[in-house]
Formats: sequence, structure tokens, C-alpha cells
Amino acid sequence: MNFTSLVSISLGAILIQNFIFSQFLGICPFMGVSKKMDTALGMGIAVTFVMGIASVVCWLVNTWLLVPLGLTYMQTVAYILVIAALVQFVEMFLKKSIPSLYQALGIYLPLITTNCAVLGVVLLNTQNNYNFLESVVYGITGGLGFLVAILLFASVRERLDVTGDAPKSFEGFPIALMSAGLLALAFMGFSGLKVF
Amino acid sequence: MNVKKQLREGLLTNNPVLVQLLGMCSTMAISTTLFNGIGMGISVIIILTCSNIVISLLRRLIPGQIRIACYIVVIAAFVTIVDLVLQAYLPSLSESLGVFIPLIVVNCIILGRAEAFASKHGVAESALDGIFQGLGYTLVLLILSIFRELFGNGTFGGGILGPDGAGIRIIPEGYPALLLILPVGGFLTCGCLIALMQYLLRKQAEKKGAEKE
Repeated sequence: MNFTSLVSISLGAILIQNFIFSQFLGICPFMGVSKKMDTALGMGIAVTFVMGIASVVCWLVNTWLLVPLGLTYMQTVAYILVIAALVQFVEMFLKKSIPSLYQALGIYLPLITTNCAVLGVVLLNTQNNYNFLESVVYGITGGLGFLVAILLFASVRERLDVTGDAPKSFEGFPIALMSAGLLALAFMGFSGLKVF
Repeated sequence: MNVKKQLREGLLTNNPVLVQLLGMCSTMAISTTLFNGIGMGISVIIILTCSNIVISLLRRLIPGQIRIACYIVVIAAFVTIVDLVLQAYLPSLSESLGVFIPLIVVNCIILGRAEAFASKHGVAESALDGIFQGLGYTLVLLILSIFRELFGNGTFGGGILGPDGAGIRIIPEGYPALLLILPVGGFLTCGCLIALMQYLLRKQAEKKGAEKE
């Protein structure tokens, strides 16, 4: 196992190829759940968790079930079913054993099913032919990248609401998109970063 | 059934991207060339119409509690069909859209219309809704991709027109603002377009208010 390749995958997923700012995956929850710092934190953690587990399960399903049976054309359907089942399972588990976290995540938990970052990460794992360890690392660090992005953006947005002197047509969603664009510009600075 | 009203809603007053703010990921990600915009738009129209028809047909059979899972399976089936057809007949388009074709499964427009419209209306209306909402999405993609390609890359019609499908060069090389093709440009142009839409809708509402007085 090559350690440097894992480091470069993680750095890539968190900074250089950030899921939000350079791959446009998971914009809907990123825009929807970033109005307050604490909900953003909860959402980020939940997404990281689901992305990690989904990478593991989908890798297993793909390698041991779909490829040997020659069913790779069913990948998209199989993956989305795995993710939907997984989210349901995580929800039941949290409800039973960690009710405080379950309360905090509330409605955002079931919404993760339709988060394209989760389906995106498992599809990219397959597309890039990552092995088991690489898939897991990519899943978790991709989730961490999402967490970093949504936290940064939520802190910007909290201030944006306080000042509230945007032009009238830009109020609400457009000004949020513009600030996300400026954050993406900042993240472009990482694109010069090369690992080994 | 009111075809005109549905068309107007899909294209303008209830546009899926500009007003309902759905499906932002794919809108910003792939609107870099005209070819991508058209390809993605047509794929979404086909999938949205087919899934709306099937879901509308099944709306009395699907139990309420597991309806979202059922919708996703129907949508995923049509996405797989479109994905395989594109891979077979238009490999270049399939390559440049990449992971965003299978990701149509989780495009909020399709699930959103299934939940908000197809599950409550008849087959014909749902089919029309699929076509018009899809057209609204395509319209936004076309505006964004033409703008971003022209000012970010200096060409028009990349992927289909011009020598080697590289597009017709309008702005000489070295002058275009590369920024617009990059992800940053996606956020900025999309933000401006939504702001323009909000401006127009507000003006219209003011005009209506003035007429009433």
C-alpha cells in the first residue's frame, strides 16, 4: 500500500478538488443548510459519516456482487439503493443509541439520500478504479472537504445576514451564490499545491 | 388542462433553476460549452418526462411511506437507459458530462417534480409538466453555457461547430476571461442570472400592484 497516494488523495479531496468548490457536488444541502453554524456543523458531520460508510459498502457491493455477476450496468440503481438503505439504517441507529445527535440532525438526515456528493463519491471511486483503502480514504476526506466548505460558508453567511445591505435583486440566494463564488476563488489558490 | 399556463410556469414564473432553485449542481458544473448544455438539457427533458409519466401512472399504487424510494428507483432506471444510450451513440458527450449523467438520479428537479406534481396529477398533465420544466432547465443551461463559453473561452458552439468541433472563435485567444469557465464563473454567472430573474419578477409584481390601484 502506497502511503503517499493516500495522502495525495486526502489533500486532493479536502483542498485541491474540494467537492463543493471545484466539483460542484452537493450544492443543494450546501446552500440549504448553511444559514446557521450549528446546523451546518451537524450536516457536515452526518455527510462525512454517510460518505465514509457508503464508500465501504458500495465498494463491497461493486466488487463482490456487480462485477462477478456481470451487472455493472446496474451500478447507478444499486448504489442509490445502497445509499437510501444506509441513510435509513443510520437514522434508526442514531435514534436508538445517540438520541441527542439524532435530535440535532433532525430533518437533514433523510435528505442526505439525495445529496449528490454521496452518490458522486461512490461513482468517482468506481470511475477512478480505487482499491478498498483508497475508496474509504476518498469517501471520508471528501466528506471532510464538504464539512470545511460548509463551515466556512456558514460563518460568512451569518455575517451576511447581519449586515444585509445587498442590492435588492441580489437579496437572499444570489448574494449567497456570489459569496460562494468568492470562496471558490480562494480555494483555487490550492490548485497549485502538488503532493510529492 | 392549461397548456399555456404550464409552459409559462416551466419557462419563467416557476422556472426550476431560477425560481425553485433546484438542480444547481449540474447547472453550474456542466454549463461550460454549448454542446454540454444541449446534451444535458435533452437528457433531463427525456428522463423528467418519462419518470413523470410512470410516477403519475403508479401514483395510486405506491404506498405513501416508501414513495421516495419508489420514485428514486423509477428515476434511476430511466437515467441508466439514457446513460447507456449516450455511451453507445455519443461517447464524446458522455465523456465530457462524466459523472453528472448518473448523478441526474439525485437531481432535485426530477424528484421535486415527482413529489410536487406527478404524484398529484393525471398522466397527460404530468407529461406536459415534465417537458416544460425540462425546457425551463434547458433554457437556463443554454443561457449560461453560451455566455460562459463566449466570454470564458472566446468560442461559440464548442463540441459541435467549427474545425474539429472546437467551436467558432469569436474573441481572439488570450483575451477571454478564463475565470468564467472555472468553477468560480459558475457561481458568479448563476448568481447574476438569479438576481436578474428576481429583478424581473419584482418589477412585474410592482406593475401588477400599480394596475390594481
